[in-house]
Amino acid sequence: MISDSRKVTTTCPYCGVGCGLDLHIKNDYIYRVTSDYDNVVNQGNLCVKGRFGYDYIYSERRVTVPLIRKTTQKAGQRRQAFDISEWRESSWDEALDYTADRLAEIYDRDGSDALAVYCCAKASNEDNYLLQKLFRAVFRTNNVDHCTRLCHAGSVVALQMAIGSAAMSNTASEVVESDCFIVTGSNTPENHPIIGLQMKDAVYKHGSKLIVIDPRKLELCEYAELWLPLKPGTNVPVFSAMAHVIVDENLCDTKFVSERTTGFDEFRKSLQKFTPEYAETISGVDRQLIVEAARLYARAERGAIYWGMGISQLAHGTASALGLVHLALLTGHVGRRGTGLNPLRGQNNVQGASDMGCMPYHYPGYMEVNNPDNAAIWEKAWNIQPEGLSRDKGLTTTEILGNVRPGGVRALYIMGENPMMTEPNLNATRHHMEGLEFLVAQDLFINESGAYADVFLPATSWAEKDGTFTNTDRRVQRVRKAIEPRGQVRSDWEIISDLAQRLEHRLEREKSAYWDYSGPEEIFGEMCSIVPEYAGVTYERIDKVGLQTPVPDEEHPGTPYLFEAEFPAGKAQFFPLEYVPVVEKPDDEYPFILTTGRLLEHWHGGTMTRNSQLGELYPEARVEVHPIDANRNGLDDGGAVQVSSRRGEIILRARVTEKTNPGVVFIPMHFVEAAANLLTIDALDPQAKIPEFKACAVKMQRVNEELLPNPSARLERGRW
Amino acid sequence: MSEIIKLYIDGRKVEAEAGSTLLEAARSCGAEVPTICYHEHCSSYGLCRLCVVEVEGQRTLAPACVVEIEEGMDVKTQSDRVVRSRRTILEMLDSAVDLSEAPEIVEQLAVYGADRERFSGGTERTPEIIDDNPMFIRDYSQCVLCWRCVQVCAEDAQYAFAINFSGRGYETSITTSYEKSLTESSCVFCGQCVGVCPTGALKPKREWLLEAGTEPSEIMRMTRSERRKKRRRQERPYQVVSSTQEERDDDKR
Repeated sequence: MISDSRKVTTTCPYCGVGCGLDLHIKNDYIYRVTSDYDNVVNQGNLCVKGRFGYDYIYSERRVTVPLIRKTTQKAGQRRQAFDISEWRESSWDEALDYTADRLAEIYDRDGSDALAVYCCAKASNEDNYLLQKLFRAVFRTNNVDHCTRLCHAGSVVALQMAIGSAAMSNTASEVVESDCFIVTGSNTPENHPIIGLQMKDAVYKHGSKLIVIDPRKLELCEYAELWLPLKPGTNVPVFSAMAHVIVDENLCDTKFVSERTTGFDEFRKSLQKFTPEYAETISGVDRQLIVEAARLYARAERGAIYWGMGISQLAHGTASALGLVHLALLTGHVGRRGTGLNPLRGQNNVQGASDMGCMPYHYPGYMEVNNPDNAAIWEKAWNIQPEGLSRDKGLTTTEILGNVRPGGVRALYIMGENPMMTEPNLNATRHHMEGLEFLVAQDLFINESGAYADVFLPATSWAEKDGTFTNTDRRVQRVRKAIEPRGQVRSDWEIISDLAQRLEHRLEREKSAYWDYSGPEEIFGEMCSIVPEYAGVTYERIDKVGLQTPVPDEEHPGTPYLFEAEFPAGKAQFFPLEYVPVVEKPDDEYPFILTTGRLLEHWHGGTMTRNSQLGELYPEARVEVHPIDANRNGLDDGGAVQVSSRRGEIILRARVTEKTNPGVVFIPMHFVEAAANLLTIDALDPQAKIPEFKACAVKMQRVNEELLPNPSARLERGRW
Repeated sequence: MSEIIKLYIDGRKVEAEAGSTLLEAARSCGAEVPTICYHEHCSSYGLCRLCVVEVEGQRTLAPACVVEIEEGMDVKTQSDRVVRSRRTILEMLDSAVDLSEAPEIVEQLAVYGADRERFSGGTERTPEIIDDNPMFIRDYSQCVLCWRCVQVCAEDAQYAFAINFSGRGYETSITTSYEKSLTESSCVFCGQCVGVCPTGALKPKREWLLEAGTEPSEIMRMTRSERRKKRRRQERPYQVVSSTQEERDDDKR
């Protein structure tokens, strides 16, 4: 047995659930992870990533010294450098001076909007607050965004439009109090594993009825009362037909509709065409299932809706999410315990990074940038002369890369993200990355995006720094430094503060926006002093148990569920919807619909999990194909197959399974050697600018096994 | 507020909510009742029987973790019969299972004066360490069959249903269906089982390698097949305990 070990309590760095972790450490080596059984978020339960997936911090591939590219990269000819021999080690002074010189040069020549930044939903609130402050206060641009654009932008925009607040309305663990809940577009047991357990508990131990609406036969379908297997991209007709049934059969909460909503009459008219029969012809879901689902949800005392990216990652993602909002508004299933509109946020701190203003239209606290009153508040906070901050909305994640060209975006600063894996249509992304004049990567590993950089700033992992994460149900929790930083790595906030001071000097700013922080707690305090939702949060108060925002003052106990009395928008708004088909429909040449997603064992672009033992547990991508389609195309389970779209092709093994529907194939997004996003389409939702990751047309062809990128990697797993 | 029940535990009058177990009532008044299979966050099934107590008027000893309190019960948590029963259970466990990494059970061996020699000559359980996945090892020579791992793999937490009991009596063991490897089973590697294991039977691979003296940097460099090399089982490092009070105190020092 191991003696002389110590234990540090912190928060998991993977998904939005925000589980509490106890790290058991000997000589700065984490050898075991447990969790407190009294933890309010996860009750001591963890998933494979939280329990075993931390080892990437010790990986030999991790970069622990600042690096500068040996060969100067030119716009249009930029190349990836994965090999360490193409970089030279530098001091922090040299790396930061070089970064500051190049950024200042581009700013002086091309102005504010030539610069852009990807903040990071993996990093802490403090790091994110500071990075958006750097770009807004020093460069005076709102070209600030992060990966929320690629995951829940459709949901965020829809919720902002309809009720005026984009966060999950209720606490995830309240699911056991619902007597009916809908899970749609979310593979919860794989992507939010602990919420998945709570959902199973709700069904198994509390008698809740579950309705799954998803094109894949997920594990949760085993627990469901009803499964509506719709075709990808047909959410709007299915949800609208459910609304049609609810209105038609007088299952509405008329009191709620009249007192707390507007626009019902017009909405009601728009529902006429959305009969269950019509929805069946489009979605392939039996009309009777739609009717039963509508009745079950509407008749519940406490009905809740949980959704994931199957709703938002569509070129009509905003409309899809609005379809769900309507169901809750019609039935009054919001504003009480066990009900709610619950977009399950993906990253550990995507809620926090959004709260911190890492978005092109909002300052911290969702204050719109084009409102002069808001700008004045932050000008005062950051010691900037009146009218100093930009009043123009910035570019979104997807638009930033799309605008790389002379006269557009010239320099990009990436903290912890990996667009070269996570953007749609990666061949186009590659072209945009190559066109950058200057690229900074601040990360742990040289990933597919960092490989394009001119300078690499090695940052601390979550186990090497202090700070806070805000989880999917708005709970602000502490992250604690558990081990000494590896090599010369520095905390993100230190790197940003240091760089900001060098930049202010070069840009000859008369007054400093203040960067002389003593640590994360001071940064957090600065943010909380201005953002009302965080006003009552302090490190001391969240030392043991996190607080759920809004926390308006230091006496306030936090807010487990929202909208009890009213919506931030006052009355909630119905929006008549139209059915818009997916942008690229299957045809004779590309007969299958590809839908993409995630796996339990891996995380997004793979920077963390593919540098971990998790890679051994799930070593290869597989394309899930229904047996009927496999037969027709001569594909075998485990055989090599080339999947092609109009934008690219990849080769991987097939997994022949009834867990996907005929005509639909599924590929996980994590594997660079068979990157699903080479195939996906870069069509955007017009309002939310989120890409249509969930539907594009592909074809499949059996190929020789030798063509596999790594034939020796062989998946042998028996799990669902 | 539910009904309050009055009972006597070791002569003391105790009040507790109806529906409480004898174990909860005993612990609420400071009476010490040892447990092995019981875990606050798992369902209780009274498997190990270490928590037995004597209830006046009842023929058999009652497993405190599952028996609910009743009005007027007269409960003895340390009667001779209880102590003898607990000691026998511990002696039988000690004769068959490697308890070297179960400090709480080893402590109970001392407290109850368990005699190692009493069941000597029996067959020890010495199955091979199972190293069939990258995340954790299973050393069932240390398994006390408390069933916690099976419970958390099932409805108590994970709903994965990857492992269960197989065999009867002495042959009882924890295994996957058809003894498949964990990777081929329905296991999702959440490690809930590792979290609740009261002995060293389930252990993260990294911890296991670290104990074997492997340097962290070496662990990170190792390929999977290198990590799979088996570690030889060590002799039990703890001593046979004796039953006098002085010796017991010595042991604790």
